Amino acid sequence: MSALGGAEGYRPGRTLPLRVEARRQLMRRRTQLALGFLVLLPCLLAAAFKFGSGEPDNGAGPSLVDLATTGAGNFALFALFASTGFLLVVIVALFAGDTVAAEASWSSLRYLLAAPVPRSRLLRQKLLVALGYSGLALVLLPVASLLVGWLVFGWAPVRSPLGTSLGTAEAMLRLGIVVGYIAVGLLVVAALGFMIGVYTDAPLGAVGGAVLLVIVSNILDAVSALGGLRDFLPTHYQYAWLDALGTQVQWGAMARGALSSLVYSTVLLALTWWHFLRKDILC
Amino acid sequence: MARARQRLSRLLRLLSSSRRRVLVVLVVAVLLIGAVGSFAALTAQPTVRKLALTVPVGAGADGKPVALDTTLFFPPAGERAPAVVLAHGFGGSKDDEQADAVSLARHGYVVLTYSARGFGSSTGQISLDSRYEVQDAQRLVDLLGRRPEVRSDAPGDPRVGFAGESYGGALSLLVAGVDRRVDAIVPSITWNDLGQSLFPQFATSGGASSTPAQVVGQGAGVFKRLWAGLFFGAGSEPQGAVPTPCGRFAAQLCAAYESAAGTGRPNPTIRRLLRESNPASVAGQITAPTLLIQGETDSLFPLSEADANARAIAGNGTPVKVVWYAGGHDGGSAEAARRRDLTTGWFDHYLRRDGSPPDTRFEVTKVAAGLSTTDSTAASTVVSADGYPGLTGHRAVGTKTVQLNGSAQTIVSPAGGDPAEITALPGLGSVLGLVGGGPGSLPGQDAQFDSPVLTGTVALVGAPSVDVRISSSTGNATLFAKLYDVSADGRESSLPQQLASPLRLEGLPTLGRTVRIVLPAVAHDFPTGHRLRLVVSSTDQGYALPQDSRTYRIALAGARSVILPTVPLQATGGTRGPLIGGAGAGLLLLALAGLWLARRLRRAGAVAGVDAALADVPLVIGGLGKAYADGFRAVDDLSFRVERGQVVGLLGPNGAGKTTTMRMLLGLIRPTDGEIRVFGHRIGPGAPVLSRVGALVEGPGFLPHLSGRGNLLLYWRTTGRPIEAAHLEEALAIAGLGADIERKVRKYSHGMRQRLAIAQAMLGLPDLLVLDEPTDGLDPPQIREMRSVLRAYAEEGRTVLVSSHQLAEVEQTCTHCVVMHRGQLVAHGSVGDLVGAARSVALVVDDPARAAEVARRLGATDISISSAGLTLTLDGAPPAALVRALVEAGVAVDQLSPQRRLEQAFLSLVGSSQ
Repeated sequence: MSALGGAEGYRPGRTLPLRVEARRQLMRRRTQLALGFLVLLPCLLAAAFKFGSGEPDNGAGPSLVDLATTGAGNFALFALFASTGFLLVVIVALFAGDTVAAEASWSSLRYLLAAPVPRSRLLRQKLLVALGYSGLALVLLPVASLLVGWLVFGWAPVRSPLGTSLGTAEAMLRLGIVVGYIAVGLLVVAALGFMIGVYTDAPLGAVGGAVLLVIVSNILDAVSALGGLRDFLPTHYQYAWLDALGTQVQWGAMARGALSSLVYSTVLLALTWWHFLRKDILC
Repeated sequence: MARARQRLSRLLRLLSSSRRRVLVVLVVAVLLIGAVGSFAALTAQPTVRKLALTVPVGAGADGKPVALDTTLFFPPAGERAPAVVLAHGFGGSKDDEQADAVSLARHGYVVLTYSARGFGSSTGQISLDSRYEVQDAQRLVDLLGRRPEVRSDAPGDPRVGFAGESYGGALSLLVAGVDRRVDAIVPSITWNDLGQSLFPQFATSGGASSTPAQVVGQGAGVFKRLWAGLFFGAGSEPQGAVPTPCGRFAAQLCAAYESAAGTGRPNPTIRRLLRESNPASVAGQITAPTLLIQGETDSLFPLSEADANARAIAGNGTPVKVVWYAGGHDGGSAEAARRRDLTTGWFDHYLRRDGSPPDTRFEVTKVAAGLSTTDSTAASTVVSADGYPGLTGHRAVGTKTVQLNGSAQTIVSPAGGDPAEITALPGLGSVLGLVGGGPGSLPGQDAQFDSPVLTGTVALVGAPSVDVRISSSTGNATLFAKLYDVSADGRESSLPQQLASPLRLEGLPTLGRTVRIVLPAVAHDFPTGHRLRLVVSSTDQGYALPQDSRTYRIALAGARSVILPTVPLQATGGTRGPLIGGAGAGLLLLALAGLWLARRLRRAGAVAGVDAALADVPLVIGGLGKAYADGFRAVDDLSFRVERGQVVGLLGPNGAGKTTTMRMLLGLIRPTDGEIRVFGHRIGPGAPVLSRVGALVEGPGFLPHLSGRGNLLLYWRTTGRPIEAAHLEEALAIAGLGADIERKVRKYSHGMRQRLAIAQAMLGLPDLLVLDEPTDGLDPPQIREMRSVLRAYAEEGRTVLVSSHQLAEVEQTCTHCVVMHRGQLVAHGSVGDLVGAARSVALVVDDPARAAEVARRLGATDISISSAGLTLTLDGAPPAALVRALVEAGVAVDQLSPQRRLEQAFLSLVGSSQ
């Protein structure tokens, strides 16, 4: 028996190991489907570019879409650009919002807590694994896109709509910066989904709620009458990673975006912890 | 204070419901969108009154009377307002200014638009903003001074500003230079020296410059053939049906231009005439605060023209703001809304004097500085510095020196000037960069000098300069200098804004002469890993080129380096960055500190909750209570104790508080009163001692996509305990699911899940087993088996707590029983004692009536007589005493059996508490 009165071999710090939680989530169909879709998406995009015959619409100079078929790097960048606004948001909201809420809906949450997995640890492990899978998704998409793009369009220096081109090493560095920034930026979506999941116990509500709030934030961001207030919207800096594609990486907006995301996430997660540690588990 | 706290807690409670929370978010979003919508509706445009006037002004050089076609726009409000005169560009008319005029009038200005003499419906001849046009403008100021709608500074002195682009911009400068009644001006994309603009000379004698784009050309330069042709062509547009070469130009001007266009050299007449049109001559006397907006893509009036105006005006102590925007004569009308806002802001401060802070920041639009977030195409950003460098009160521009390499090169200027390189063309500047060309596109016509690969970004803001030694086979040279941005491998190059600096040198000695060339002023970032490339070429499509063929020899001279002006520029609105950053970092730190504190407090609390005296008692509940927010008390003052080896039944009807008690026992919900101790440890959320408790509460909870075995294994792994401690096979045997254990739980029946849940509770053979309605969904043989399992479990020294609402269940399974009703303890004791508290007996006798009488004497109650015998309740007396009394009374007793009327016993217990 341990000093804290637990059973033989029981240590609060060893409950719900990350490996076990990761397995727990990986065996779920929604995890497999989401990750699988991120591999499938580049194939769909490549097919669309390969068999589509429309002329590129050249209004305001080339965009990432127009350059997507340049080579693997450009294809990956386009895939990220196309996914940043919605697809990645949904996937991150799914991974983070569903993790606690699904346990609640299966009634297995109370058995985890009675095992006992300390509440704070349960949240921490679940959040870490959800973030891990979100990160995996975020890496999977560009890696799959690079491979598919390489096969279909070949390997070529990355061309930026600004007219510059980047060699392989530099392009991979920039891609890393892009993925890193998107990861930090999506943290706020994860925190939001996680919070709603813990508050409502409804998996669908958690995912839907997080996506809904992101959409509302995007709509408000489009209202120019709000002026400088828009800087405080959680999605205002969603695409700041485009600044990493210039002749030089411009950190200003990305730094502000990362900070905004971190501050919002801290507040949301603090609320989550505050609530869950006091909550009566009734389901 | 207390009230506030109460209100706060009510608010928090209100917010705690998830559905309400989503609703609140939606409502806030809808309200916000509604507010924005109504804001847009409220700011619907008021109407502007217009008045067209024909104003007679002084005669021109031809002596004929002139009348100007004007329109006055009055603001909707009736008060006297400051006035703004909008002057149109070359070749235009007052109609071009209509939209801006209406916008300014709505903003509260009286606006006057007019067609300059020689344009639109005004009569007279064009004399290029010379004294005739300036006098016209003064007559318009006179007119405004007489209007009752216009605010006046003194009789005949209206509060008035001038704004205009190009031709109108120069007029604004010229009128402000001669007429002190003008209070503020906004000249855009215009000239300082028309001679330098049409015959540009970028070869200078050297000398340091304090402003970013200073050019002091030495003598007349190269005739800007294409632009001049367009410029004059627009003025030659015939008024009548028959075209004439001079159109509406004043005769003298027309003749002088024709001569210059023919020779490519300025004759003395045109020099004199152009000088009359130069703001340069009066800029030093301007006292009206001036906002200079100049285009970055402007090969007609480059940034150096605004630089010259700014220096001259600021030298007089007049406030000057300089804006470089992404547009100009080469490239459309970008940033129209921003320029309009800048203009309005300038007039609001200096004409309306609305108290807004003066803004003399130097603003620069960096083209293609980033990607648009909406469609990922190239987008520009606006950056700014405190003021225009080098003006009074501001630091001089900084410089960066970049080394150039390359030996002397000989280039050719072809006879007739063809083929010629193409840089900027009127109106096509920005497109040409994509068409091609670039250094080396015409072999032998350009000399190239590269810098080493840049190790850091070079942010150029202004006109770089470079010393070059030039010799020519004829002693004269016409050359074009450009500074390219070249990728490291040299395969890609771009010429910022497609601008070139023409230079014309005469009387060069055979060994050549060293000149300082000022390169085009641009705002451009040369990125790390790129090179700078100085290109000096012999031809350019836009200029008059020498007709003979020549060779030039070009070599780097002096420090063999290019000097680039730099200005520290910040993103607009970036000043708030550090503030947000500081607040954010503070918040993060606070959150971390809070987390650390909470952790410490929790650790401290965990140790305090041990009572060593109870270390061997499986369960002690004392004064337990749970009241919900709505006031409902699910459990109230519940106390009981469970010892080792007992199988305790928690009995009570539905809603008695059994499940709530079990949830509190597992730390799932917090008691509002009292405490629970398991083996002496106080129970709270996640108390480690719960690892010695196995539980089934309110139905099973499994992952539906896993098998029964998979679920049990996964559950055990989450406890983090070694797999050997699980006793998995024993648990599986209890579940008794056979081969079904490998099927997915989704396909299980209710009873199968229930058995699996009991098995899960028994994993690790916990010291205290807590089962909530364990027989729910089991069939009778399984129930019987479960009973024996639980008894056997307790016999090994472990303890079982079973809740049930069925009395028979408890009576047959348990050694002890706790009866609850409406959250309160009704009875607590061994099952035997509890049943004994109200014991019924059935008797089969020969004479029931007599037996009843004997029994009544012994104090029995509830006696009922049937044909076969009677039943009664013994109150205190043992059954043996009854039998003895009956026998003594001569009643034959065939049979005596304890009649355990548990329903009755239970109802009596529960009933007594009501």
